[in-house]
Amino acid sequence: MHDRQYEKDVAITGIGQSEVGRPSTLSGMRLTLDACLEAINDAGLRKEDIDGIACWPGDNNNGDSFSPVGPLALKNALGLEVNWFGGGYEGPGPLTGLINGAMAIASGMCRHVLVFRTITESSTRQHNKQASALSNKTLGRDSSFAWQWYTPFNVLSAANLMAIYAQRHFHDYGTTSEQLAQIALTCRRNAQRNPKAIYRSPMSMDDYMQSRMISTPLRMFDCDVHCDASTAIILSRRDVAKDCRNPPIRIEAIGAALNQPWSWDQISLTEGAAFDVGRMMWSRTDLKPKDVGSAQLYDGFSILTMIWLEALGLCPKGESGRFVEGGQRIALDGELPINTNGGQLSGGRTHGLGYVHEACLQLWNKAEGRQIADHQVAVTAAGGGPLGGSLLLVRD
Amino acid sequence: MPRKLPALTADNHSFWQGGRNGELLIHRCEACKRYFHPPSPICPTCTSFEVAPQRVSGKGVIASFTINHQPWTPELAAPFVIAIVELQEQKDLRFVTNIEDTPPEQVHIGMKVRVRFQQEDDVWLPLFVKD
Repeated sequence: MHDRQYEKDVAITGIGQSEVGRPSTLSGMRLTLDACLEAINDAGLRKEDIDGIACWPGDNNNGDSFSPVGPLALKNALGLEVNWFGGGYEGPGPLTGLINGAMAIASGMCRHVLVFRTITESSTRQHNKQASALSNKTLGRDSSFAWQWYTPFNVLSAANLMAIYAQRHFHDYGTTSEQLAQIALTCRRNAQRNPKAIYRSPMSMDDYMQSRMISTPLRMFDCDVHCDASTAIILSRRDVAKDCRNPPIRIEAIGAALNQPWSWDQISLTEGAAFDVGRMMWSRTDLKPKDVGSAQLYDGFSILTMIWLEALGLCPKGESGRFVEGGQRIALDGELPINTNGGQLSGGRTHGLGYVHEACLQLWNKAEGRQIADHQVAVTAAGGGPLGGSLLLVRD
Repeated sequence: MPRKLPALTADNHSFWQGGRNGELLIHRCEACKRYFHPPSPICPTCTSFEVAPQRVSGKGVIASFTINHQPWTPELAAPFVIAIVELQEQKDLRFVTNIEDTPPEQVHIGMKVRVRFQQEDDVWLPLFVKD
């Protein structure tokens, strides 16, 4: 156990999300402002109350569509006066902004931190289909400490690396395409109840099996769908959170560990960072996996949702295929509903904070047509390969 | 098809250019005797600076793989095989590569492979074929 669990001093008090477009006609900044102002208002705060900003991955590549708006641009646009702000890619995956923001609050630097994540990959892909290719992360020769080991072998998409993990999962545990399909099918069923979701038409097992093979064993429907969107979350110190509009959702435990190399091929092919993350998270709480009422698990690629189910102890290691088989267990009325807004596979690749937004909606019983049974404990996790972070959330 | 090539440095050039002499060079620590990859000036296990590239057999097995079908760029000739090969010298000593000259549907985890270099400019890519 750890001596001090700083995250317990922090709560989520407000959430916001822009339109989710494919594409949107709005700028990345306008999407960001829509999400952030909605979140501030949702918490019952004014912009003057915000004294910190956090974002993953920030404006890490000069405004490219993976993350066109960082904390600096947002600070200027909203005229925020802050004690602390931070962004950047090099952290424990898409939940890094929340993890860093929570630390800023727990350390006493901030009372209310605005965390956001904006992505405009859909509109960029209207005119440049290769905008997201790994080979375009560097100009000329590949000088990236990580990608240079893959791009010379024509690994041009993360899909190839995730497919390699999936192949190993199939080999080691007997996982099948029909089992993997349940992640995509479940997300599609849930998306049909989410007016903001991108793909809302029904999908059958046949549709899934006949979808284009991208990189064996991953098909098109195993890959998330690009969108333009921004999501924002307000973190508040617990003692001031109680004065906010919503019942505070406490951060009961964070998982952010990486006990292996930060690498897509040197890391465990069946565990990624996720198992390190899960072990850390559960070491910081008395709650147990059986206490979890809903799980919003990263589905940039369907295999990653399966790995998170195992890594967070929601099913035994290697058993995720059998756990999701048939889909009933993970359905909205199942024993462990997952990705209740359609995830990224059908809802849209909001890339990380979308899961937390949805977890809060469910905990606050505001998820309308897709609301699941009342519960107090939710888990969210995001990332794949060496990227990984998780949050255990509790509404008291 | 044109490949994205790595920027060569004092640390990585042995791996990318060993093929000029037909050698697959992997960094090894003189202190703890462990191989490691990617190359670095320091051993990640024992933090010794006594590290140097060393010739290895170039033989290994496929730890996992994928057959890429998606034409991510117009020039990309799909399908082709991307694999992680584990070298026989040490457990988990592995890296991403391509499997050449083998029908993709015959590639499988555990398949024995050996290195075959392919020159592109000043880089000798360590690709693998069925052994």
